[in-house]
Amino acid sequence: MDDTPVLDTLDRAIINTLQHGLPICPRPYRQVAEQLGIDEATLLQRLVSLMDAGMLTRFGPLFQIEKMGGRFCLAAMSVPEEQFEDVARLVNAFPEVAHNYQRQHQLNMWFVVACPDPQAIQTTLERIETATGLAVLAMPKEKEFFVNLYLPA
Amino acid sequence: MDEIDYRLVQLTQSGLPLVSQPFAALALQLGLTEQQVIDRMMAMQQHGLIRRIAAVPNHYRLGYRHNGMTVWDVDDSQIDVLGQQIGALSFVSHCYQRPRHLPAWPYNLFAMVHGKTREETTQQIAVIRTVLGDACRGSDTLYSTRILKKTGLRLPE
Repeated sequence: MDDTPVLDTLDRAIINTLQHGLPICPRPYRQVAEQLGIDEATLLQRLVSLMDAGMLTRFGPLFQIEKMGGRFCLAAMSVPEEQFEDVARLVNAFPEVAHNYQRQHQLNMWFVVACPDPQAIQTTLERIETATGLAVLAMPKEKEFFVNLYLPA
Repeated sequence: MDEIDYRLVQLTQSGLPLVSQPFAALALQLGLTEQQVIDRMMAMQQHGLIRRIAAVPNHYRLGYRHNGMTVWDVDDSQIDVLGQQIGALSFVSHCYQRPRHLPAWPYNLFAMVHGKTREETTQQIAVIRTVLGDACRGSDTLYSTRILKKTGLRLPE
């Protein structure tokens, strides 16, 4: 699968600038556009195209659910190869599952469950075990040392 | 967080409107003024409920095909100091302490690395190993092969 992106210099500048954050003000896109030396409409058009092309998976607030009283929890499963697609569908169908990745390991499915109520994490993991018939290993964070994803385009 | 904040999270969890005045667009849906929405968003950012409003890149599509979850079995008495040091490395995007699940899973320190080539991530992993030194008793790297889902938070209605 070769999906090497065709990004021009402006796309790259937009992706890099907007990974750092958008100001909260009445015309935030205009402010960023000015920094980039373009107009607001161009920035919005490019942003829509980057979303449509799948270069960005999301553009919006990055929430810290713990600060709202909720919890994130990483979890891992060892899924037999022949069941993998079916199990992925079952797991992804849970709205509480925020991300899910296939990884090269005996534990080959790693997903993050997000719940506004901490008690709901455990019940959600149990529901996933029931739905899939597979054991789920909970890997809640005990300490966060650093979080800041920045991937220059 | 009150009911209006909760609604604001619900309205923006799939994304901020891509229109000239995104906060006015949200205000319209909530029966608030643009300024009220701006004040609330700023307060949520100040209190850390919102880390920032930002673009989330698709690693693979930007050419980062070698995304490794590196996991380490580190002496518990040293993990606080070492976790800080590993988290401070420029190429580490996330660094956490997590529980072991013995005997199958002896690792308690997680650090995510991202490379455009396998050589790049191999080098990053070598740097982490050097920083951990003798405090590290074992390690592994779990490369992701596919994004199965990446929607982020979805609060229930």
